[in-house]
Amino acid sequence: MNQTFTFTDKAKRLCYLLMGIGFIGLIWGYVRDSNVPADMAGHYNHNRFWANMLVNSFFFMGISLAGTFFLALQYAAEAGWATTVKRVMEAVTCYLPVGLGLMVLMLVLGEFKAHNLYEWMNSDLFTKGTLDKPNPLFDEKVAHNHSYFKLPFFFARTLGYVLVWGAFQRLFRRRSLEVDLNGDANHIVHFKNVKSAAIFLVFFGFTSSTMSWDWLMSLDVRWASTMFGWYTFSGMWISSLITITLLTVWLKKNGYLEEVQESTIHDLGKWMFAVSFLWSYLYFMQFMLIWYTNVPEEVSYFYDRIHEFGYRWTVWPAFFVNFAFPMIMLMSRDAKRNYGFLVIVGCCIFLFHWLDVFNMVMPATVHAHWRLGITEVTLFLGFLGLFLYVVLNNLAKAPLMVKNHPFLEESKHLHI
Amino acid sequence: MNKITLHGIYDDDQQLKEGAIKIVGMGIHVKEVFSPFPVHGIDPIIGVKRTRLAICAFIYGLTGMSLATWMMWYMMVTDWPTEIGGKPNFSYLLNVPAFIPITFESTVLCAAHGMAITFFLRSWLMPGVKAKNPDPRTTDNKFLMLLEINQGDQSKVEAALRETGASEIHVC
Repeated sequence: MNQTFTFTDKAKRLCYLLMGIGFIGLIWGYVRDSNVPADMAGHYNHNRFWANMLVNSFFFMGISLAGTFFLALQYAAEAGWATTVKRVMEAVTCYLPVGLGLMVLMLVLGEFKAHNLYEWMNSDLFTKGTLDKPNPLFDEKVAHNHSYFKLPFFFARTLGYVLVWGAFQRLFRRRSLEVDLNGDANHIVHFKNVKSAAIFLVFFGFTSSTMSWDWLMSLDVRWASTMFGWYTFSGMWISSLITITLLTVWLKKNGYLEEVQESTIHDLGKWMFAVSFLWSYLYFMQFMLIWYTNVPEEVSYFYDRIHEFGYRWTVWPAFFVNFAFPMIMLMSRDAKRNYGFLVIVGCCIFLFHWLDVFNMVMPATVHAHWRLGITEVTLFLGFLGLFLYVVLNNLAKAPLMVKNHPFLEESKHLHI
Repeated sequence: MNKITLHGIYDDDQQLKEGAIKIVGMGIHVKEVFSPFPVHGIDPIIGVKRTRLAICAFIYGLTGMSLATWMMWYMMVTDWPTEIGGKPNFSYLLNVPAFIPITFESTVLCAAHGMAITFFLRSWLMPGVKAKNPDPRTTDNKFLMLLEINQGDQSKVEAALRETGASEIHVC
C-alpha cells in the first residue's frame, strides 16, 4: 500500500508552469494596466492589476483558512469520519502562512500608497478642513468610522488575526506529526489539540467576521452589512471543501489513500452540498433584505454591481451556478459517490466561487473598467500553481495516513 | 410441503450479519430482521431494496413549491395586488425575492410532512396499531432473524444458526 505521497517531477513541472504563467501575468497585468480611466482619475493606480492580486490572495488564503477551521471542527466535535483524509486537510491548511503573508503584503503595500484599492487608506478622507477651505475629499460618513480605520488599530487587528491563526495552524500540524512519530499514550497530545481547536473556533468565530470587514468590506467603505462576515466565511468554507474533496479524489485515482472509504467520499460530497446551500442562503438573505428595505446607502452595493458598473453577467451567474449546480447535480446519493460528478461540480463551483470573490472586490476598485481577460486568467493560474505547489509539497512531507489517532479504526470502517 | 416460521435470536450484530450471510448463501430467504438499532450493512445481505422515500420527498417538495407559488401569485398579484415597501406587486417575477422564503418554507414543510406520513403509512406505524414485533426483547438487546422455511430444511437451518452464534432458536 502506498502510504507516502511522492510529489512527482511531472506534477512539479505543472506547478512551475502555472507559476511561470502567473509571473508573466504579473508583468503583463501591471504594464497593460497603465491607462487611468477618465472617471476614476485620482483613484486609479494600476487598480485592475492590484485588485486581481487581492482577489487571488484572498481566495487562496481563504481556502486554507477555512481548511484550518474545518480541521479544528473535526477535533472539537471529536468526529471520526474524516480521520482517513486528515492529512489532506492538513496539507490544505499548510498554505495558510503563505496566504496570510500575501494578504498582509497587499495591505502594507496599500498603506504605502503602492495601490489605491482601499479608499480609506487615503487620510484626506478624514480631515474636514476649515470653513474657508473645506476639504473636497472629506466624507462625513467615512470620517464617522475613523477610529476603526486608524492605522495602529487596523494593523494591530490584522497582525492579531495573522499571528493567532498561523500559530494555531502550525500547532495542529506539529502535534499531529508528533503523534505519528512518537505515539500518543492515552491520547494526551490528541486531546491537547481538541482543547486548542475549541479555543481556535471561538477566536475564529469572531475574527472571521472582523477580518472580512477589514479586508474586503472596507473596499466599499460607505457600505456595511452584518451578514457580510458569514457570507464571506461560507464562501471560503465551500471553496476549502471542494479543494479537500478534489485532492482526495485525485489521490485515490492515483492509487493513494486506499483506506479512504466510499462513505468518506460520500460524506465529503454531503458537505459540499450542504455548505453550498449555506452559502446560497447567506448570499440570498443579504441580497433580499437589502432589496426589500431599499435604503439608498445599503442598496448602493447591489445597485453598483447590477446596474451602474455592469457586473450583471458575473453577479447572477455566480449566484445561480453556485446554488443550483450543486443542488441539482449532487442531490442524489449515487452522485455523491460518483467521482465524475464530484469533479465536474467541484471544478465548476470552484471557479464560480473565485468569481464570487471577484464580484466582491472588483466593483469597488475598478468600477466599470473590469474585464475577464488575460490578466485575470494568468494571475489566477499563477496563484493556483503556487497553492498547489505548497499543498502538494506539504502532502509529501508526512505519511498520508495518520497513526495513533483515536478515531482511525472507526474512520477506516466508516459505513453510511 | 409445510412452511414453518423460525426465530433465530442473536446477542451480537456482527454474529447476526455472519448468520444472515450463511443463511442467504444456502438459498434461503431472510424474511425480516429485528434489531434495537440500525445494523450497518445488513440491508444488502438480506436483500432489502433501496428505499424510494427520497423520490417521494422530491415529489412532495415540488408539490409544496408549486402550491406556495400558486398561492402567492393568486393572493398577492392576481386577486388583490398589494404594494408593500414600494414594490409594486403587479408582477410575480419582479418581486420574486420577496416570495422565495415562503416558497422555501412550504417546500420543506410539504417534503418533511409528506415523507414522515408516507413512512408511517408504509411501515404501518400508527396509534392503536398492534406491534408486529415478534419478540419485545429486540427493542432492548436482542437481534432477531425471522425465517419462513420448508419443514425439510429445519435441521440444517438450525445448525447454521447455532454455528454462527445464535443464542436461541424458536419454532412457531
